[in-house]
Amino acid sequence: MRDKVFRWETVLLVLCAAVFVFGSTSTPGFAEADNISFLLLDYTEVALLAMALLAIILTGQIDLSVASILGFCSALTGALWNAGMSFETIVPIVLLAGVVLGSVNAGLIVKFGLPALAVTIGTLGLYRGLAYVALGDGAVTGFPANYRPLATDTVPGTFLPYPTLLVIVVGLLAALVVHFTPVGRSLYAIGLGEQTARFSGIRVQRLKFVLYLVSGLLCAIASLIYTLRYNSARADNAYGMELIAVAAVLLGGVSIFGGRGTVVGVASALLLMAGLRNVLFLNDVTNEIQNVINGMLLIISVLVPVVATLLQRRRRPAPAAAADPAHPDPDPVSVPDPVGVSHGSPEEDQR
Amino acid sequence: MIHSRSRRSRVALAVAGGGLALALVAACGGTTKDSAPEADTGAGNEKVADPNAPIKEGLKIAFLPKEIDNPYENIVDAGGIAAVEELGGEGKEVGPSDASASSQVSYINTLVQQNQDAIVIAANDPNAVAPALKEAMAKDIAVVSYDSDAAPDARQVFVNQANSEDIGRTQIKMISEQIGGKGKIAILSATPNATNQNTWIDFMKDELTKPEYADIELVKVAYGDDDDQKSFQETQALLQSIPDLKGIVSPTTVGISAAARYISSSPYKGKVALTGLGTPNQMRQFIKDGTVEEFALWDPEQLGYLAGYAAAALASGQITGAEGEVLKAGELGERTIGKDGEIILGPPTTFNADNIDKYDF
Repeated sequence: MRDKVFRWETVLLVLCAAVFVFGSTSTPGFAEADNISFLLLDYTEVALLAMALLAIILTGQIDLSVASILGFCSALTGALWNAGMSFETIVPIVLLAGVVLGSVNAGLIVKFGLPALAVTIGTLGLYRGLAYVALGDGAVTGFPANYRPLATDTVPGTFLPYPTLLVIVVGLLAALVVHFTPVGRSLYAIGLGEQTARFSGIRVQRLKFVLYLVSGLLCAIASLIYTLRYNSARADNAYGMELIAVAAVLLGGVSIFGGRGTVVGVASALLLMAGLRNVLFLNDVTNEIQNVINGMLLIISVLVPVVATLLQRRRRPAPAAAADPAHPDPDPVSVPDPVGVSHGSPEEDQR
Repeated sequence: MIHSRSRRSRVALAVAGGGLALALVAACGGTTKDSAPEADTGAGNEKVADPNAPIKEGLKIAFLPKEIDNPYENIVDAGGIAAVEELGGEGKEVGPSDASASSQVSYINTLVQQNQDAIVIAANDPNAVAPALKEAMAKDIAVVSYDSDAAPDARQVFVNQANSEDIGRTQIKMISEQIGGKGKIAILSATPNATNQNTWIDFMKDELTKPEYADIELVKVAYGDDDDQKSFQETQALLQSIPDLKGIVSPTTVGISAAARYISSSPYKGKVALTGLGTPNQMRQFIKDGTVEEFALWDPEQLGYLAGYAAAALASGQITGAEGEVLKAGELGERTIGKDGEIILGPPTTFNADNIDKYDF
């Protein structure tokens, strides 16, 4: 299993390289510093949300309210700015608001033991609604020009925008925690079997609670970048972004049922999506076609490991699967579950 | 559990306390809305217009609508691309599939990277697109907004479909002609807080105060929320609750077509006049069957055509967007640039049985 994980990341990195090589050889304007900065900048918020989701999905949970938290924090920024509050005051308040919204999710999921999917679908609507309550359907602009460069400019002398720098730092921290600490190993353990993890002495509840708090905080940081970058605070900011972030995490090889995935995988998936989007834009490929391509990539990413497992089994003496090569058995009961083909018991899904 | 709970609340307390302390520290002095330093407004427009400069060869001009699947904006852009091709340039239409605030920004950056000569945009959010558009202008790309304006300092010219006053007053003139200058009328609008419709309705009310309309009484403004079914029901309610109603004005394309559908199959057909703003394709059958005599709208194709000419003239240095400059716009003739770089297409076009078959949108 370990080498399989490694292989998917290699595939992603190769795809990434292919996109960037294709872009710089065939597409005028792609390999310019300005364009690369923009390409990275455009995925800042998605990357932050994806990092928040990575840890949560590793434990087999989900947080679909991330983009709505971003939207609410942005609307709150706008409302407070409109009220004449100083930007330096707004920043901590907004960060706190993100943590509070995250803790509402955490409270419902952890304290009451409700299913994360249902809770965060609920708060997805709730927080977006609250964003409109806070700001209405107007837009607030005119954020201070002395802070805006932090969200738009590059580090002097390089093509790296400041927000990308932040993403890299967050990514490194995530990698450190997930792959090199006991906490990280606990995340995998929870994802592979919550009961087992609990009986092994892992403080499952507390860990989950913290994950949602961190998620809220990251969303709030993303909202500040988003608001400053577009110089526009609106309640509909980042509408629908949760799906892009979830897609990036899954494309990165993280199992939606938890217990499997790496930070490198998600980072390469993000880079791949950002690069591909930019190349397609420069070649005037319409948004619809882009959605088709992204959708197919995602399906391939979950399909490839399954097919690989099936093929592996076929090579071994397994006459059972030889019936129809075009239609693999829809209910592969005996397939090991590295990618979550089988849904586990119904109780597990309800969790 | 008890242990972990108390620990959790301590963490929460620490976070809250820390946040509060930071807030308090920051509250004493800081950047607020009023003290915020203004963004650099650019080095000023030092370029000088040369009205006789030739239109450059092979201009690349891109049209960026609010949403690529919006049929109305597709027509506008088709008109614009036709204008660009007429001038020997290369026009194209690109845009997001959702009308969200910031989705246009990626497109603007892409167009800058593609070295387009001009960007013609219908802004989803006037402010969100402003930084990207300013960057485009800094790279000598001409920026024209149409239909929905961007922040005035983020574009050189705004091509406005028609001014609100003309649109409001024209509709009162039409209904007055159709009901013989006398009787009760009602308005079927979109939502109660729709900016465009409310501006037009204000001008309609103002027009009604003129002595020649003294016999016309506006009895009610109903709202169909730009929802086909609701507009249909509101029409029904208006006609039943006001038996001597002579005419309905519906300044929204959704409202007028729903109202026409109700009236055409009711006993009120031919007795109650209906006019307003609609598209020829929606209204053709109701003009033909006599439900509606005449309605108005600006010609979207001409709007795009004018924007295309404005973009080409800007990119070639014929105009800079300053007030008083004259734009030569092909078959539309000349337009003078008004305050804040605004160019007005002209009074709305009226459609009736004589001319409706000439339009397809």
